[in-house]
Amino acid sequence: MKGIIWKYGDNVNTDEIIPARYLNTTDLKELSSHCMEDIDPDFVRKAKKGDIIIAGENFGCGSSREHAPLSIKHFGISCVIAKSFARIFFRNAINIGLPIFESENAAIEINEGDEVSIDLDLSKIIDMTTKKEYSFSPFPDEMKGIIEAGGLMEYVVRSKHFKT
Amino acid sequence: MGMTITEKIIAAHTDLEEVHAGQFVYAEVDICLGNDITAPIAIEQFETLGLKHVLNPDTIVLVPDHFTPNKDIKSAQNAKVLRAFAQKHQIKNYFEVGRVGIEHVLLPEKGIVVPGDLVIGADSHTCTYGAMGIFSTGVGSTDIAACFATGKVWLKVPETIKFSFQGKLKEWVSGKDLILYTIGKIGVDGARYKAMEFGGPVIEALSMDDRLAMCNMAIEAGAKNGIIEPDSCTEEYINSRAKRAYKFYSSDDNCSYSDIHTYDVSNLSPQVALPNLPENVCPVEDVSDIKIDQVVIGSCTNGRISDLRIAAQILKGRKIHPSIRLIILPGTQDVYLEALKEGLIEIFINAEGAVSTPTCGPCLGGHMGVLAEGERALSTTNRNFAGRMGHPKSEIYLCNPAVAAASSITGKITHPERIV
Ligand code: SF4
Repeated sequence: MKGIIWKYGDNVNTDEIIPARYLNTTDLKELSSHCMEDIDPDFVRKAKKGDIIIAGENFGCGSSREHAPLSIKHFGISCVIAKSFARIFFRNAINIGLPIFESENAAIEINEGDEVSIDLDLSKIIDMTTKKEYSFSPFPDEMKGIIEAGGLMEYVVRSKHFKT
Repeated sequence: MGMTITEKIIAAHTDLEEVHAGQFVYAEVDICLGNDITAPIAIEQFETLGLKHVLNPDTIVLVPDHFTPNKDIKSAQNAKVLRAFAQKHQIKNYFEVGRVGIEHVLLPEKGIVVPGDLVIGADSHTCTYGAMGIFSTGVGSTDIAACFATGKVWLKVPETIKFSFQGKLKEWVSGKDLILYTIGKIGVDGARYKAMEFGGPVIEALSMDDRLAMCNMAIEAGAKNGIIEPDSCTEEYINSRAKRAYKFYSSDDNCSYSDIHTYDVSNLSPQVALPNLPENVCPVEDVSDIKIDQVVIGSCTNGRISDLRIAAQILKGRKIHPSIRLIILPGTQDVYLEALKEGLIEIFINAEGAVSTPTCGPCLGGHMGVLAEGERALSTTNRNFAGRMGHPKSEIYLCNPAVAAASSITGKITHPERIV
């Protein structure tokens, strides 16, 4: 994963990520065309596939709408880094396979426009512009199973914990 | 070590004797809820599994309440997806227009959720049912899709923060004010990933409608669930409604809390949350005289019969301010009918308020009262994020139904005691 950073503050809520006026559809292309619209109306014009969103505390607070992580994922954002995530957004991201990383220092120090890469094997966020490295909180083992499967539906099929 | 009520209910839904905060479990789900926004995605996901049947249709509840009666063609398409799925899988807890109400008012009222249950819903305010001694939490569409197929959910057992409310509430102060006050104290992420357990003499004296309003907003502090130990009030509420056997759980004396907050609320005034976060809370006196354009009374927080009674008590024999639009949304058809019988609807119409069919409507900027640029609403709903009710440059103040009704008369945020 490698991309340019778009930076936001604390408590970015799901109404800002995908406003309710677009929730009358489940079309992923349409949802992604409104990604981040109410916090940054220019986002879909300036951001590119592979870019990275970075934010402060409690990213994705508010509603349970999976449309929020789906719009980010299908826009092509490679991952979201934040000081912390709201809990429903956190589980939705895990369940749909949108990579997310919690890293307080990265969220504070990395600037908008920096080029950043993620090394999953070393659990490191690397700011290639400033040459600084940051670690992120590892996922609990149980969650890794879901992440490695690529999402919850894939996990359900293969896990002994869910019988269909 | 003892267990909290939250830990006990989760443990009872696994094959483990005990569970404790931090543990990862796969729990059996009693009731799994979806609405017209979240269920269509869940249904698409479920279909990727290629299964002929859901595991148990009796555990699934589908409530098309957000954009219904369908506000446009796209919403109609989504509602159609729910209807077809309900028919195909013989889901009897599907509620068509004319029977439907706001999900979190409807499920308790119909006795579909009962004390001791483990409930998940693809709606963040699913935490409402904690008021009845239920472990109930909001999840996403994919979670309920997995639950349709397997009857299970993955959970990390939350730590619990205990909130004890001491004293006696003044007139015009309600459960809504207690929860706004609490969110003001701990912030919108003050209980992130945690359970909020509400107790103390003030909670014991609180009606079920007020308890539901409190637990409804636990998510506004980032919580996984809000919960109140069941008691005689719970028993009275549930025994005529319950569709299944129920069980009362309570926290052990030696259970472990991550924090305990004790608030003396004897002098608490009605609270108002200022834009754009539910934590921007102050007493109503501090913001009186702020001019408003629209007042909304309703939602899964305050759309119950006692909320409408309080509003009617203030509006009776009065007219709203000429510059105000007052929109009242009874939470369900039963609430509507009861309000009609008690003469409340007549009071609202004589006061020049608009009474709508039960729907989420303006709460999420859906329909039935969306705000224009620069407009300001005072609302009994639960979220005041920028643009939540319409234009990104509109504002929302949150309050209880008494403050909302009083303010609709003056056109400005007003303490009810200045009217009555
Ligand atoms: S009333 Fe508002 S908060 Fe409640 S379920 Fe409907 S949209 Fe969500």
